[in-house]
Parts: sequence; C-alpha cells; structure tokens
Amino acid sequence: MKGRRVLTGRHFLLGDVACAEGALAAGCTFFAGYPITPSTEVAERLALRLPEVGGHYIQMEDELASMAAVVGASWAGAKAMTATSGPGFSLMMENLGLAVMMEAPCVVVDVQRGSPSTGLPTLTGQGDVMQAKWGSHGDYEIVAYAPSTCQEMFDLTVRAFNVAERFRNPVVVLADEVVGHMTERVVIPPEEAIERWERPRPKVPPGELLFPFAPDGDLVPPMPRAGEGYRVYVESLTHDERGYPVMNADVHDQLVRRLNEKLRRAYHQIVDYELVEAQDAEVVVVAYGSTARSARQAVRLARKEKMRVGLLRPITLWPFPGHVVEELSARVRAFVVAELNLGQVAREVERFTDRPVYGANHAGGRMMPPELILPRIEEAYRDAQGSRRRYAPAG
Amino acid sequence: MPREAVADTHPLDEILRADRLPHIWCPGCGLGTVLGCFARAVLASGIPLERHVVVSGIGCTGRAAGYLNLDGFHTTHGRAIPFATGLVIVNPELVVTVFSGDGDLVAIGGNHLIHAARRNMDLNVICVNNFNYGMTGGQLGPTTPLGALTTTSPYGFHEDPFNLPRLLAACGAVFVARWTCLHTRQLEATFLRALQKRGFRFVEVLAPCPVGFGRPNELGEGIDEMWFYRRQADYDPRAALEQLELSMRKDSKILCGVFVDTERPTYMDRYREFVLRKVEGGSGEA
Repeated sequence: MKGRRVLTGRHFLLGDVACAEGALAAGCTFFAGYPITPSTEVAERLALRLPEVGGHYIQMEDELASMAAVVGASWAGAKAMTATSGPGFSLMMENLGLAVMMEAPCVVVDVQRGSPSTGLPTLTGQGDVMQAKWGSHGDYEIVAYAPSTCQEMFDLTVRAFNVAERFRNPVVVLADEVVGHMTERVVIPPEEAIERWERPRPKVPPGELLFPFAPDGDLVPPMPRAGEGYRVYVESLTHDERGYPVMNADVHDQLVRRLNEKLRRAYHQIVDYELVEAQDAEVVVVAYGSTARSARQAVRLARKEKMRVGLLRPITLWPFPGHVVEELSARVRAFVVAELNLGQVAREVERFTDRPVYGANHAGGRMMPPELILPRIEEAYRDAQGSRRRYAPAG
Repeated sequence: MPREAVADTHPLDEILRADRLPHIWCPGCGLGTVLGCFARAVLASGIPLERHVVVSGIGCTGRAAGYLNLDGFHTTHGRAIPFATGLVIVNPELVVTVFSGDGDLVAIGGNHLIHAARRNMDLNVICVNNFNYGMTGGQLGPTTPLGALTTTSPYGFHEDPFNLPRLLAACGAVFVARWTCLHTRQLEATFLRALQKRGFRFVEVLAPCPVGFGRPNELGEGIDEMWFYRRQADYDPRAALEQLELSMRKDSKILCGVFVDTERPTYMDRYREFVLRKVEGGSGEA
C-alpha cells in the first residue's frame, strides 16, 4: 500500500511515533539506526513508513555506522536522520562531529533514559543535555530541541529538519523516555501548511568549478550532491573553501570560527522558549521536556499558596535562551531549575544571572514529581530576602 | 634535463587533482602505484566520471580520495564503508569505491566491513595492506604477520593476522582478489572488472611501507620489497582460501589472483524484492 507522507488529521499517538511522523512530514527520506530503548519505536515506525513514501530505512550494525550512513546519505542529497538513546548517542558523537565538519544537515533524536552507561534502559532521565552540546571533540555549535508533549515530538522534529537544512548542521531532538513513551493527542496539519526549509544549493551549474565550503553572506555554503557533476572533495580534516586539507593554524581558526558563527549569528532566529505566569514572578522555575509538565503543576500549587512564581520552559536547550534569563534577572529574586540530572541546565542558568539558583534534582528513573519542586520554590522564596547563595543543588 | 623535455600534461591529468601534488606518501611507498592503477581503471571503465565517488577513511591510504578529481569524501577512522552505504542507498546510480587501508578497514572498521559484505552492498572496496599503521609511525594492526616487529610489538607480534580474502569470501563478497603493487597490469585489469560488477567487491593490494614496516623488519627499501614480491608471488586463483595466509617466513608464498567472482542479489535487489514489491507504487525515491 502506498502511504501518505503527511498523515493530516487528529491522532492519538505515542511520542516516538509522533516524532517519526514529524520526520516524514518534514521530508525525511533516509533513516539509519540501531535499536535502543526507549527510542526504538521511532525506528520501527520509520521501517514501516519510509518505504511507503519512497524513502529508505536501514538498520546498521551499530550507532557508529548509523551516524556515518546518515552523513553519507545527507551528502547524497537526502534529508537524513537517526534515533537513539544515551549509550548510542555516545557512539554517535564521532560522526556527529563529522556532520559538523562536513556541514551535513541531519537530525539525531536522543530519547534520554537514566544514565551514565547502560543505566536505566526503560526509565526516564535528562542526563544528556551537556553531552548534546559538548559530546563530540572540538568547538562546535549544536541545536537541540526539548519536546515536552507528543505534539511537540511532531512539531519540533519538523523544525529540527528545517534548521538542519537551513544551516547545514546536525540538529538534536533531545526527548526523554516519558515524552517518547506517552500517548497523547497529536494534530497533524495539512501538508501545504507544513513549512519545509531546504539546504542552500549551488548557483553555478554542474561541471563548473565549485568551492563547496565557500560560504554565502550568512556563512552557510551552498551544498552540492554527490554524483551531481561538481566533482567536489569533502574533508573531515581542517580544510579550505575548496575542501582541500590545510594543516595551518590560520585556516583552522577561520574554519572553526565560521562553523560556530553561522549558528551564533542566527541565535534569535533559532532560540525558542515558553514563559508562563512570568509577568509578576519573584521566583521563576526553569524546566524542560517531561519535567516542564511537573514544573507547570508545581507553579500552579505555589500560586495557590499565594507565591508569585512563573515558569521558563526552554524549547531549544541549545542555543540556551540565556537572554531571557538575563532579562528576568532584572525583576526576579531567584531561579529554581528542575531537571532529571544533578544540575546541568542549572549551570547554564547561572551563567546568565546574578540571582541565586536552586536545583530541584533527581538522577532519573521516574518523572519529576511536582512535590519535589515545590519545597525548592518555597525555599527560594524564603531565602530571597536573606543570603545570596549561588547554586544550591537539592538533597 | 632540458626544460622542453618536461611534459606539461600527463595521461591522468583529467582524473587527478594535480594542484594537490606532490602527494604526502613516502619514497618507496606503494600507494601511488595503486592509485595510478585505479585511476586508469576508472578511465577505462567508460562510466561517466561524475558517477564515480571515492570514499576513504583515515591513514596513509585514506588520503587517496583527495588526489582523485572525482567526488571524494575523507571520512572518520573506520567509517568509510557505512558512509559510502548512506551514499549508495540514496543514489544507487553512483559507482562508489571505498579506497582505504588495512588498519582503517579491518581493525577499527572491521565490523562495518563484514556487515557490508554480508549485505552485498553495492560497494567496490580497495584495501591497501601494508601490514602496519604507517601514518602514526609503524604500529601493529590486525594484518601484521606473526612475529613481525613494529613500534608496538617490539618483541615480535604474538597474534595471528587476518587472512583477508578468506574473511571476505566467508562474509559473502561476490568478488575477492589479491595482488601486490608490483602487479600493475593485473591490478588495473582487476580494478576494471570490479568496477564493472555490482555488489560487494574486495581487492586486497599488498604494498610496501619501507619506513613503517620495512625498516624494523629488515625488508630493505621499497624496491627490495618489490623484489621480494617478484620472488614470492604466485598466480593461483584456484588456491584454497585457507592457503592465502601471509607470513614473515622468507620462503612463504604470496598467492595472488581473483579468488571469488560470483553473483548473488545485492542489497538493493533484496530490498526491491522484499520491501518495495510489497509497498505498491513505492519507487525507492532516494
């Protein structure tokens, strides 16, 4: 049966399945992956659906191969992706760096579980936030979305493809087990209502000399496809605009700065967040992914107790919406960062504020209970008058 | 030499990136010879140059892709085969050659090598075997012969090496050959045969690494190793696969030839048979 690429309509979908449908809606034509809980349903759905719409699913021998195949597929012209969880994400770091260096648009879905190491395969966690940013060696920028609903598993996966293509960079969908494995209503819009961005393409015809790493004004170079006739050379080594390897400090500095700057310049275009009841807030809770759902409830409970509390929900963890923290710091007394790790985003919040930052933390294994966040809000509220402690992790 | 005697063109100009020469390979290294044989085979194949893609991993041989004026990719260590897998699945019209070394393909990339052969992925793999890691200065690898001296086997290597033709034949490669880089005619003809075939093709080429491997093992200069090949190599395409082991013994034979040349459905054939046939109207867009 020939399938439809965009399943327009109202559905009741598993988060991982919504992610797969988002990929299809965005125009994904290639998936290479390796099964791993709790992301496997993304692969299963695409194994079924991609062939129906003229795409291709391949299960590789490991995550090293999966990510390498994704970068190769991207250079052959496909909108390419993979999906994994922490242990596989670790293996993908090698070729995620390759995607950065070769400026290969691609999407990596990491449905986080309890970690480190094999950790808690079936239970949730948010311990990969810093790995998403810094996991591969060297200086690079990454975009990472933190969906907190099944609808966002769909919407943000579409956006991940768009941003990847537009800026020729890998983009991470940093979900967690709770969002990946819950089932909610997902509304898929009509195909024509789905915005699709494409990678910039060469302006000279095939056969003519093309410098595949000579950027346009936005620092993003137009991208040819393998086999198109440009006969380009694409390097993992430090390279010049022609793509030729150059072992030279100046060329290296220029290349690495451009790779970073193309995304840093686009910060306001990419960054996204949600503010809830922040207008009059004295304490702002920062939470993302499934934990943002608990944080919303904690804010409600605090409001009932007449505390003026708001919520900042980063939708992009990378780039981190630091400017919002900065702006809030002018009127907010303290921040509480709720996350299923021992203080990864809290550290990021601290970089943008001189207000005290309180952690509501759990190492993972269950969804963050609002009851764990509320006492930290109360504590932050009380302390706000007194001492100015910096980061105070829970427990 | 009078200036007018210097040719300003070369028969391989069309396919080499002359602006990148001289190459980085050491005097006496066999890689230039293998590259030349491959370049001539590509031209002889009649396949339009824009359909050729060369993918390399890391190491001395890994630099090969960068000297060819074709679409070329210099990937990460060991990952040339899975990278090439992504390329050829998305565009099955491409003629993809993975040109890399023994350490890259067989050690760090060993898992990808055997799985790509099992899948009969449409890839032409050239494995230049110089018995050591040359780029990093002569360390042992999974093809280093028993007893050989390298900088990380200073007492003599105490493990058995892979017999590559036997390994690849067992994994399902449809074309398996071995030559040394002394056998330029045979090598070029074999590369041409491989280019004109579909499925997973594997050609092992023995090449001297006088600096990394020749010196500690007293094999002399590159030319001496070529003499060694001349003395010890035998053309024996019917040799049993288990006889293809290589050793440091001075009397050991280097058996060469095309050992496997068979047909079985490629990865994409099977994909069409099992997947696309059931997905009515599916066309394998990619």
